[in-house]
Amino acid sequence: MTDSGHKHTRAARLAKYLMGGPPLLFLLLLFAVPSVIMVLASFRYPGEFGGLAPLTAADPNTLQGVTLETYQFFFSDLIYIKVFIKSFFMALATTLICLIMAYPLALLIALSPKKNRNLMVLMVILPFASNFLIRVYAWMIILGPQSVLSQLVNNFLHLFGNAPVHLLFSPFAVLIAMVYVHLPFMVLPLYSNLEKHDPSLLDAAQDLGANGWQRFWRVTFPLSLPGIFSGSALVFIPVLGMFAIPDILGGTGDMLIGNLIKEQFIGTRDWPFGSTLSIMLTIAVLLIAWLAAKLGGHRGHYA
Amino acid sequence: MAQLEIRNVTRCFGDLIAVDNVSLNVEAGEFFTLLGPSGCGKTTLLRMIAGFDLPDSGQILLDGKDLANIPAEKRPIHTVFQSYALFPHMTVAENISFPLRMARRSKAEINKMLHVALEQVHLTDKASAYPHELSGGQNQRVALARGLVNRPLLLLLDEPLGALDAKLRQEMQIDLINLQREVGITFVFVTHAQVEALALSHRIAVMDQGKIVQVDEPAKLYSFPKTRFVADFIGHINQFEAQVVKPSHGHLCLAISGLGEIIAPPLEGVVAGDKGVFAIRPEQVRISAHSELTELKNHFSGVVHDLLYRGEVSLYKVKLANGAMNEALLPNSAPGRAELFEVGDTVNLGWRHDAGIFFHD
Ligand SMILES: Nc1ncnc2c1ncn2[C@@H]1O[C@H](COP(=O)(O)OP(=O)(O)O)[C@@H](O)[C@H]1O
Ligand SMILES: [Mg+2]
Repeated sequence: MTDSGHKHTRAARLAKYLMGGPPLLFLLLLFAVPSVIMVLASFRYPGEFGGLAPLTAADPNTLQGVTLETYQFFFSDLIYIKVFIKSFFMALATTLICLIMAYPLALLIALSPKKNRNLMVLMVILPFASNFLIRVYAWMIILGPQSVLSQLVNNFLHLFGNAPVHLLFSPFAVLIAMVYVHLPFMVLPLYSNLEKHDPSLLDAAQDLGANGWQRFWRVTFPLSLPGIFSGSALVFIPVLGMFAIPDILGGTGDMLIGNLIKEQFIGTRDWPFGSTLSIMLTIAVLLIAWLAAKLGGHRGHYA
Repeated sequence: MAQLEIRNVTRCFGDLIAVDNVSLNVEAGEFFTLLGPSGCGKTTLLRMIAGFDLPDSGQILLDGKDLANIPAEKRPIHTVFQSYALFPHMTVAENISFPLRMARRSKAEINKMLHVALEQVHLTDKASAYPHELSGGQNQRVALARGLVNRPLLLLLDEPLGALDAKLRQEMQIDLINLQREVGITFVFVTHAQVEALALSHRIAVMDQGKIVQVDEPAKLYSFPKTRFVADFIGHINQFEAQVVKPSHGHLCLAISGLGEIIAPPLEGVVAGDKGVFAIRPEQVRISAHSELTELKNHFSGVVHDLLYRGEVSLYKVKLANGAMNEALLPNSAPGRAELFEVGDTVNLGWRHDAGIFFHD
């Protein structure tokens, strides 16, 4: 290689470090380090007024102030596992509803004339222009007992002799807001996948005898699986950890993992147990991600 | 009755008449080619036969049945697309058996037909590979097998060899001829490459700006083009502005300005004074350094202006007395270049009195 070639590659390598360095440092300081702290904290005792109890090692050969108690506690009471399972089903339901609603929408955008697509995508992400909490509070009004919707539903139920229901402060309200907030995260990856499909594949399928339904199930759908997987991950994982929506719209029984963790840090001030819950959540997410990758991975290679 | 009948089909896109009053008959078992320059409407016509597009007017009949109300998926017509359009998420075997599954054939039948198709295109050992793991030529054969496997009445091929390199193209041409003969299915083949059309087809329809200009067997099309466009598009041809001096029964006497008079094959319906173009193929022009060409009725001298060595032949561009260029092809039958004319050499050119063709303006 020539001298200038050497210089060129060295400059390129330097540029790579210069550009990659800051974000890497950012992640290291604000993600890796806190994660380690959290893992360490989960093995400690809570402090009297929050925080952690001091490490009091009279004898350097014994580990004082270090314990597995929080983990034992987690598994000793089924209530925590139940909250995990409930959160899992909430995330699953949200993901499925988002998928069913987002797919036709993404397909519609992808099949629209090119000049309209950007506008349609903009409309999908427009809700992000207003504050998240305001959008969630808006549902309080929509679902409140005096709202048109509530009255319509209850009048309808009354017709058939059923007792009135509360829409607000229910798992239903939580689910609706979860779907509402996360829908764009499903639409966007699906759209960007569907938009790349080669239209001649559908022509070929039709030419070879496939009707509209078969063209969808045998060509469009399998080719969109990578989009479905990334959209599902973008919805499922945040919903699993969400605490604001159940806080605002859920009843007392609608606590999810997110609320439980928040409660440990802000309410009962039990940092070690809060850390343990967080770690269990992380492990659950990684497990699900690994499962999804195993299920979907071998199909991803052509995309 | 012809298997495929196209009757006065017209298709417009806005002001553009992409297919202009086209009528064609394709016989069962025929290898029929639509030949024309890019943008002349070949794909548009093919898409109407396949059922992706409908004619604005006219009819398309298959075995005497009007296809107008039959959707593409119900037509016993399959297409090999230029881009192949193989399903990337399916293996070779899944791709090829797709039309069989759509036709709801039994498992045993599917396996048998798939096996035969894989053998026909020599891809048995690639059955479980994905398209992205195959070469262009292999993918092209998958596309062919997929189009043929369910035995359509008609196979449409839209420039299927366009994406292959020259060597592979030639091999595929031979494979295609053999395959068509073997399966006996009617092929409608679309190409803008005249060499391919001449080599493959039983008959060729030349298209220009949406219209069919001439339909003929390859040799007839090459030797007796009906228009200057066809003559020029099918292979190469020398052209001279010419005027009829004297039409007679046996031959035509033409005057070429600056060169003198030549004798050409006769043409009906021309009278003295008619203007037109005389055209002659380069391989019909003989070239020599000596004056032995005087036995030919038409002979001139000129100066070698360019030469192109092509391996099997050498092409000489000779500048004639009137400034016109005349191309002559010389086979390189001896090692090296057969006759070593160089640029600047004075040479004699000549051709037989029954060679060439006059196009009346
Ligand atoms: N869907 C369409 N809309 C508008 N113009 C079209 C469409 N399809 C083809 N054309 C035009 O019709 C003409 C013929 O096109 P095509 O049939 O693809 O030609 P070829 O296959 O011979 O190259 C071209 O000028 C092309 O631009
Ligand atoms: Mg074309």
